[in-house]
This record gives sequence, C-alpha cells and structure tokens, in this order.
Amino acid sequence: MLLRRILGNDLGGWILLSLLGMMAVAVPVLNLAVPETSPLHLSTYTVTLLGKYLCFALLAVALDLVWGYCGILSLGHGAFFALGGYAMGMYLMRQIGTRGVYGNPVLPDFMVFLNWQDLPWYWYGFDQFWFAMFMVVLVPGLLAFVFGWLAFRSRVTGVYLSIMTQALTYALMLAFFRNEMGFGGNNGLTDFKDILGFDLHSDGTRIGLFLISTFMLAAAYLACRYIINSRLGRVVVAIRDTEDRTRFLGYRVERFKLWIFVFSALLSGIAGALYVPQVGIINPGEFAPLNSIEMAIWVAVGGRGTLYGAVTGAFLVNYGKTYFTAVMPEVWLFALGGLFVAVTLFLPRGLVGLLRRNRENV
Amino acid sequence: MVVRRRQEFIRRDRVFGFLVPASERFLRLDTTHGPILYLEDLTVSFDGFKALNGLSLYIDEGELRCIIGPNGAGKTTMMDVITGKTRPDEGEVTFGQQIDLLDLNEPEIAMAGIGRKFQRPTVFEHHTVFHNLELAMHTNKAVWHTLVATLSGEERDRILEVLLTVGLEGHRDRRAGLLSHGQKQWLEIGMLLMQNPRVLLVDEPVAGMTPQETERTAELLTGLAGKHSVVVVEHDMDFVRSIARKVTVLHEGSVLAEGSMDHVQNDPRVIEVYLGD
Repeated sequence: MLLRRILGNDLGGWILLSLLGMMAVAVPVLNLAVPETSPLHLSTYTVTLLGKYLCFALLAVALDLVWGYCGILSLGHGAFFALGGYAMGMYLMRQIGTRGVYGNPVLPDFMVFLNWQDLPWYWYGFDQFWFAMFMVVLVPGLLAFVFGWLAFRSRVTGVYLSIMTQALTYALMLAFFRNEMGFGGNNGLTDFKDILGFDLHSDGTRIGLFLISTFMLAAAYLACRYIINSRLGRVVVAIRDTEDRTRFLGYRVERFKLWIFVFSALLSGIAGALYVPQVGIINPGEFAPLNSIEMAIWVAVGGRGTLYGAVTGAFLVNYGKTYFTAVMPEVWLFALGGLFVAVTLFLPRGLVGLLRRNRENV
Repeated sequence: MVVRRRQEFIRRDRVFGFLVPASERFLRLDTTHGPILYLEDLTVSFDGFKALNGLSLYIDEGELRCIIGPNGAGKTTMMDVITGKTRPDEGEVTFGQQIDLLDLNEPEIAMAGIGRKFQRPTVFEHHTVFHNLELAMHTNKAVWHTLVATLSGEERDRILEVLLTVGLEGHRDRRAGLLSHGQKQWLEIGMLLMQNPRVLLVDEPVAGMTPQETERTAELLTGLAGKHSVVVVEHDMDFVRSIARKVTVLHEGSVLAEGSMDHVQNDPRVIEVYLGD
C-alpha cells in the first residue's frame, strides 16, 4: 500500500525494487544453501562485490538527488561517503580490542605504533555501536550543513560550486593523510575483526551486510522518490530550472538547496558506513577528488534525474571497472574517460534515457 | 548604505522597523493614504553609471500604471529594486505606509504581496501548468511544509479559477515547456495571481505576441486592475495606449513626465527623448 503510494507509476522504481527483492532472496540461497561444488554456487567474493556495488548505488542515488533534481553538481560526495566510512571504521577498530598486533585493549595499533599514550578525545564513544552509527550520519550531515549554508547563502552556483566541493574533498584527503590527525594516516583503518560480535570474515556476516545494503538502497530510493513526488520535489526541480523565478515566488531557495544537500550527504555517509565492513578498509584515498568525479560519471552514464538511472549507472560502471582492472588495468581510465565523453555527446539523458526516449520525464 | 542608515535614525515621522513585531510587519499593509508603493529618491549606480537617478514614483492602490521609456531608462532596474534583487545606493522603497522593502529579501517581498513577471517568460518548463500554479500559490513555503503539503479542495478550486482567468483551462496537464510563447506569458501572469499579490509588476507582457494575443493580454491586465495594483513596463505604444490610464515616462533613471497618455505624448520633452532633435 505504502509502496504504491510512494512509487505510483514509476516503472523504473518498480523494476528496481523487484530486482533488489529477488537479489535479497537469491543471493543468500545461492551462497549459503547451494554447495560449493555446484556450478550455481555464488562465491562469497561475489557477494561482497555485489554488496560493494549496492553501496555505490546508494551513493549514486544520493548524488542524483542533488545533481539530477536540484542541479547542484557536487564533486565532493566522496567526502561524505568517506566520513561515514571512517565513523564505521573507528567503531570496527575499537572492536578489535586486544586482538591487535600490539594487544593494547584501548588504543588501535597505529596509535601504539606512533607511541601515543591516550586515546584522542574524538575517538571516545566509538566503542559503542549506537554512537558510531549516530556519527555516521551526524558528521557528513554537519559538514554538508556548514558547507552548504555558506555556499548557498552566498549564492555560489554552477561550476564554482563544483570546484569548491572538489577543494573540500581534496582538503580532507590531505588532512586525513597526516598521521597527527589520528585516523591512521595513509594506511587508514583496517584489519577489522568483527561487527556487533559477528565475525566479519564469515559467510553469514557477509550475507547479512549484503542484505542490509540491499534494504538501505531500497529505503533510500523510496525516501528520495517520496521527496521528489512531494511538492518539495517540485520546488527543487523548479530551483534547478529557474532559480530566480522560484525565489520571486517566495521560496527561500538557499534553504531548499541546503536541506536537499544535507539529506544527500546523510545517505552518502550511510553508504560509506556499509561499504567499509564489506571491503575491510577505509583510507584517505576515498577522499581523492577523482573518486568524486567518478561518482558523477556513474550518474551521468545511468541517466540523471531518474534515481533508478543512477543505480543502473553505478552497477554498470563499477562492473566495468572490476572487469577491466582485472583483464587490462591500463585501459580502464581511458575507457572511463571515453565513456563519459560518449555519454555526454550522444546520451545526454544516460542509458535509461534510451529506453524512455518517448516518455516525458522530470 | 551607511548614509541610508543614518537618514533612517534621524527621521521622526515613522516607527522603526525593529520596534514593530515581526509578524505585524508582514501582516499590516496600510494604504489609507492612497498609494500602495512609495519609491523615493532612488539612486542605483553600476560602476559609475547611474541606472536610477533620484527616481520618485508613487503607485496608488488598485491602479493600472504603465511605465515607458527608451532603453536604459532604468525600467528593469526599478523592478529589481522593488523586488529586492538590487539594493539601491540611496532612497527608500515603502510598501503601504509601514513596510520598508529594503529590509526584506526577495522571498519575503514576494510573500508580503509583490509579484513580478520577468521580461522573458519564465515558467517551470518541466512541470505541468497545474503544478506551476500550485507552486506559486500563496501558502506556507517553508521546506518541511512543502514536503508534507497536500492540496485542499479550496486550493484546488483557486487554481482552477486562475486557470480560467488566464484562459489555460484546456492545458491544465500539459507541460509548461510545450506551451506557446503567449501562453507562457499568461501562465506567468497566472502564477503571479496565485500569490495573491497586492502589486503586480509586469515586465513587457506582450513582447513577441501576435495581435490577438496582445489584445487578450490587454483584457487580462485591465481586468486585474482594481483588485490589484498593476505596474506594466512596456515598449509597445499601441498596447500602452489601449490599457493605460496613467503613464509614467522614465528617462536616464528619473521620471520625465507623468499623466494620461495624451498628456504625455504631447509633452515636448518626451517627444525630444523619443524622437530625437
């Protein structure tokens, strides 16, 4: 009932949710119930890979919300993703306890290695799961709020805003590379053991993380769809199309932009938090400006302003990346660049735009 | 800015804005003295060029005023100042007796009751005609409210009423981007009406319209006067003659002449400006 109310006649959304539902059933069965000798068996490696794609898809949905609908091309969403990831990573680090190389019950290995005596204050509380989860949304949300408040109030738009978001993520990358920051320097946080008492390397935990990622993607999709279909969504599209008109109708444009941006950052943070336990590491490389640009490419390839296009793009481009970097790694970046140029020139509405060429879209 | 502030504090004939509760500043529009909009001694300069030069202008409640003038006379700048897009270097803009528009930003001015139509028709091309009007509707426009807002029966009726007024009832569910140029102009006027404004600022409403469309627009605007004050900036003299009761001629940022169309047309200074010497 609720689904019908939110999705309405969003065909792409119905297809996406059905696929996610099928995956949520098929993947655990094929991984856990089908014996490894069977050709139908799905390896845990593949499950983790799919889980990773789901996190990227969630991130792409978040980016599509601000870019496709609100017209804010953020090239710094990698920062929110990485901050969410670091918050999760800090919890996982604290869970290691005495099992680390140095066996210190409180300090993570890298701090012992740096000869630190006490836990820095900003690591307090991260041994509590609820606190870490709270930080997963609070830190990216707060950063987006402060950044957005300053930028949108000063009416920074277009390419200038994109450049500023690049600078933001680059600055964070440089900061996190420093050992003195207390986030593990360029090695980042890794060597995680378990989450909430479940062994991170067991198949069951992997499947659990996969299912949570699937669920979060579906939930985020529905939340974004709900926003887009509400009057708020129409105001946001109106801002994208003619900001002045919207302002002279009495809407405080900067507040609308700000809240959409913050919501998108929250989703990105959640995506990062789900990503880290699955790949087992978070390091400052995630802040790299190139990463954030790649995210924009996922959305552009899939098709902006459709949400499900972003999911499609994230899956296809990342599958391409996995495939190419395994088969011919030196070609991948050229392929990515070429793909972006080709999509911009020939498919301005992305791959899903091909399918719905004749239908009106927002 | 500093000069303006100082002038503000030595004036004794008014209540300071900060002494009036915020809610009242918006609600009470006092037009008991006749004019609804007071522009006094407005000066705006861009890099030394004075777009407005001591412009003073009063718009009465319910009147239909046409503003004409050659290019660069300051017509659009004047609208920018009224709607909060441009801050004047000097001068005052008062809405009714009390509302100092220079204290408000664009959305606040719009909510206070001043609607503006742009020179180029500006509608939300990806939304349907109906949704364009819905977005313009005078209601709570805070972020959270728009997320959960649903249309009440009354609001729906109001939108349908405006659709009829601007003659777009047959295009209700069409995307605004698919409308003709003239229809977009009417839609934008309809959007202004949805805001329940007291003053409508209309910038070149008939530019690029066919004669039939122009005639229809003239009817529309004259029909609105009385209930609203309508200020029309226009180049098309025939159009101005067909609707105007009172005309103001701007030249080089200040008022050159004001009065009926016949009066203004026979003014030697106006003839000089328009026809050259």
